[in-house]
Amino acid sequence: MKKTAFYGALAVAGLAASTASAATLDDVKARGVLNCGVTTGLVGFASPDANGVWNGFDVGVCRAVAAAVLGDSDAVEFVPTTGKTRFTALASGEIDVLARNTTWTFSRDVDLKFEFVGINYYDGQGFMVPRDLGVASAKDLDGATVCIQTGTTTELNLADFFRSNSISYEPVPIETNAEAQQQYIAGACDVYTTDASGLAATRASFENPGDHVLLPEIISKEPLGPLVRHGDNDWGDIVRWSLNALIAAEELGVTSANVEELGAAPTGNPEVNRLLGTEGELGAMLGLEADWAKSAIAAGGNYGELFEKNIGENTPIGLARGLNAQWTDGGLLYSPPFR
Amino acid sequence: MTSITDPPRGSFRPSMLINDTRYRSYTFQAIAFVVLALSIGYLINNLFTNLAAQGLDIDFSFLGAPAGYDINQRLIEYTSQSTNLQAAFVGILNTLLVAFLACVTATIFGVLAGVLRLSNNWLVRKLMAIYVEIFRNIPVLIWVLIIFTIMIAVLPGPREFRGDDPSATMFLGISAFTNRGVYIPLPFFERGFGGGLDFLMVLAVLVGSFFGARAVNARATRIQEATGVRPATLLTNLGIWFGPLIVMFLVFGLRFEVPELKGFNFAGGIKVGGPLIAIWFALSIYTGAFIAENVRAGIQAVSKGQTEAAGALGIRPGRIMSLVVLPQALRVIIPPLISNYLNITKNSSLAILVGYADVTATLGGITLNQTGRAIECILLLMLFYLTISLLISAVINVYNNAIKLKER
Amino acid sequence: MTTDRTIAFVRTEDVPAMPPPPNAVGPVRWIKDNLFATPANSVLTILAILAIYMILNGTVPWMVNGIWASPSLAVCREILDGASGACFAVLGERWNQLLFGFQYPADLYWRPGLAFVLLFFAAAPVLFFDLPRKLLIFTALYPFIAYWLIWGGSIFGPLLALVGIVAGALFYQRFVKNSFAIGFFGAIAVAFVVWTIGGAILPDGGITEGAMRSVPSRDLGGFMLNMMLGVTCVSLSLPIGIALALGRQSSMPIIKLICVIFIEFVRGVPLITLLFVANVMLGYFFPPGSGVDLFLRVVIMITMFSAAYIAEVIRGGLAALPKGQYEAGDSLGLDYAQAMRLIILPQALKISIPGIVNVSVGLFKDTTLVSVISMFDLVGMIRGPILASVEWQGVYWELFGFAALLFFITCYGISQYSQWLERRLATDHR
Repeated sequence: MKKTAFYGALAVAGLAASTASAATLDDVKARGVLNCGVTTGLVGFASPDANGVWNGFDVGVCRAVAAAVLGDSDAVEFVPTTGKTRFTALASGEIDVLARNTTWTFSRDVDLKFEFVGINYYDGQGFMVPRDLGVASAKDLDGATVCIQTGTTTELNLADFFRSNSISYEPVPIETNAEAQQQYIAGACDVYTTDASGLAATRASFENPGDHVLLPEIISKEPLGPLVRHGDNDWGDIVRWSLNALIAAEELGVTSANVEELGAAPTGNPEVNRLLGTEGELGAMLGLEADWAKSAIAAGGNYGELFEKNIGENTPIGLARGLNAQWTDGGLLYSPPFR
Repeated sequence: MTSITDPPRGSFRPSMLINDTRYRSYTFQAIAFVVLALSIGYLINNLFTNLAAQGLDIDFSFLGAPAGYDINQRLIEYTSQSTNLQAAFVGILNTLLVAFLACVTATIFGVLAGVLRLSNNWLVRKLMAIYVEIFRNIPVLIWVLIIFTIMIAVLPGPREFRGDDPSATMFLGISAFTNRGVYIPLPFFERGFGGGLDFLMVLAVLVGSFFGARAVNARATRIQEATGVRPATLLTNLGIWFGPLIVMFLVFGLRFEVPELKGFNFAGGIKVGGPLIAIWFALSIYTGAFIAENVRAGIQAVSKGQTEAAGALGIRPGRIMSLVVLPQALRVIIPPLISNYLNITKNSSLAILVGYADVTATLGGITLNQTGRAIECILLLMLFYLTISLLISAVINVYNNAIKLKER
Repeated sequence: MTTDRTIAFVRTEDVPAMPPPPNAVGPVRWIKDNLFATPANSVLTILAILAIYMILNGTVPWMVNGIWASPSLAVCREILDGASGACFAVLGERWNQLLFGFQYPADLYWRPGLAFVLLFFAAAPVLFFDLPRKLLIFTALYPFIAYWLIWGGSIFGPLLALVGIVAGALFYQRFVKNSFAIGFFGAIAVAFVVWTIGGAILPDGGITEGAMRSVPSRDLGGFMLNMMLGVTCVSLSLPIGIALALGRQSSMPIIKLICVIFIEFVRGVPLITLLFVANVMLGYFFPPGSGVDLFLRVVIMITMFSAAYIAEVIRGGLAALPKGQYEAGDSLGLDYAQAMRLIILPQALKISIPGIVNVSVGLFKDTTLVSVISMFDLVGMIRGPILASVEWQGVYWELFGFAALLFFITCYGISQYSQWLERRLATDHR
């Protein structure tokens, strides 16, 4: 109860020394824990299970970064953020990296002073309607009531889409995904719109997923990726190349199963060697251990493994790779070379 | 302090700033002021240092930029191309609307429950006690969520009105209660001048009728005072109230636009949105429980002698309540009633939970999210609530003084 | 006796009293008087019975059919097979999450549990005046014990805080006789000096003796979070509220102005906007890198909020005291601090107790608002992780009902206590 005073005293007394804003990497190392901002719960991307352990695709990215920096994929503190709080949490230093299906947009990058380090999921905004409504296209939605999860780019895209097609709609802004589902299931809105991946995740959690269809229109580009603060380029590099390591690992055939073996000694493929630190000084350039990428990959597997485990076709979410396949398979994933 | 302890004026010494009660208060105030100014300065300095470190600034120009999002419930013209400022105004009007509606219904609920709690009827008394205790002891947030869930889960969706054998039907064929809102018929004039003018016309007629009826009643009172017999005014009053209206309706041709199922939703008629109903009802019934307690306390504060005196004069119990007890109880009831009105206004910010576009949802929600201007938005938001609160308090203080017991 | 003959019959003993007519006694009479006294009353009774029937008809089968063991809602529905019934299994499955949040380490649940039990022992001497006053020592120690139990970490942190406060208290006791100001401000200064020195001596971390596994603030959740916010903020806001109330009554214009502005500002805005401030703005007001966590920021804002309301209640108590009390203090030659401490405040606080309890109950209920700023209190747990999970999506009534029940029990209990106290204090006066 006297904690405030005590904290105040401590702040005045000794800990004021930490005011010098140190580099994020040093902070994280000193703390021994990575603070990673995630959603408050979106199955497949980031959600706590019954035991409070976070799982999901975005969580996998956090764990990979933690493994690369600290060598321990469990040294992550997951900070749940809402659409409203995520940017301030990052800006104020409460979190080191935000991996919360956040769309990379011009104004967020430039005006809000954040640095998107890459794209871990190519998404687009879609619509879900009950099958018995008999709607085949989003253009048939004239006069429909649309549930939107507020605090995202979806509201703006939606307004643009309906305006450019000169059709009317009634928006119902909802705070959380769970409440949006509740309204949609009860028929309080005809359509639920959010990122297509989120729709798939939501539909997967329904009692009868087959009663609902995703409309073919994807009305926006939603490149989702982790982001960090402007101004600390070293930290940005670490997160960027941790993500790239996951993508490159899939391209190079490095998996969580064989990463130990491949990383034990130099192999025939020089790029694999550089990635896994058996050749060259890439880790040292980042200020990390030589086996940073090996730890990142061992944490949860490469990009493809993370995808399959959390949101892939064999999970309830059942997303196809689509745009998120490697460039060699006709997708957009293209990691710059490790050289 | 008496003049005996007063030292001579001229001999002021610095030590008196601490030891002399006359000067000590200046010292205290000066210290308090300096400490406060320093701490505020320190905080503001921190703010700007932190903002500068992140390359941010305080800038209100986003208010003039297009908002880019749509709002379902709007009392003024608004499209997604309107500015953020207009979006904020839409939200402000929505806040005021739901606060006003909830104040009216909460008062009705509260007075009813408060009077019934003192009823002779044991069952009703207990029922009202349960109502009051249940609503007072559970957070309003949970009530908002529960009532919203009841609303969308119990009422049928428009979909269920469709088909040859629908599972839901319209109430009396003219109104629809759906989980998206309530649709009721919209009256309009076939040969009128358009919505706004027609409405003003009806209003003018009603105001005319009001003054007409007042004149008739005043005349009746005069006659009663002169002769002791009050002439029958019921029929004249009814005529004055309804005659002009009916003539007007016939001349202009009153019609009703009945809502009907069109496409995804009901179209036509007046729509009262589901989120509005949910937050309105939740706030009314929650605050009603508090008002009921105030009303009960107010009634009990009126001494029993008043009731007995009125009874001795032969006044009927119902009229004792309305003519003797309630007017006196009002003095006790009004001040807490006002603070309940303030609470309603402030609690209306929970509208974001049900998707009602109040000012917290537009300015403090979507605009904040889309522009990222958190500090500016929250400051404006607090400024708005502060203004409303101070305005209501001021108005009420004036009223309070007016009805205050005139004592000699 | 001759007259005896002229009267045909004289009863010599009392007739036993006739039983009253059956409709004037017992339950019938009661029903007639209390339920059907007048036609209007009868209508009300029938309406009330109808309402009760409808409510019970809806809820009783639903509750009786309730399923208490099931891994998910789908299984519940399967077992119920279309019948109306609750799925209370969610309460059992997510019991710990509802109480402790989803991040508090499962093996450490005993620590907040113990802190909760100890809370009753700590609160008892404050709530019931008849208990021995010595128990107050435990109350004074409780904050440190509770802090250590819930957050864990080295025991030296709370111990140091305690030592500082004890040193301050000793200083106060020693010097308050000379001057209240010296005693009070000196005590604060002494406490700060002790903390500073102690903070410098004790190394950061690295102390293993008496250390329990530490739990970061953001892992707190569930009903525990509501309790902690409620208890902490009410206790902290009491002294601040008293200071504000005195300031507002003060004759010094600047101090009065500061207090009025603060109180009116805080009372004029909804708590939710203050929580937004805690969430997105307050961080900017601290020095860079100080990393004041969300829990502490929320505690600061809620404390400010409740302090303003408590100040108004206490101001009412101060205003209700007869002017003679103030004058009596002056006439005894007491200075301001003495008069307040010895005469005015004890009486004013006593009058204000019901109001303070009301504010506290309101505040405790308002702690649920933190769910709006992504903290996982009881309501936040329900709206977030539980309703979003695949297994329990759609279990609204059971969860909201449970939350409502928990709050009802707590708040109703407190308000009953307040009424008891009011009765007790009232007898003291008459």
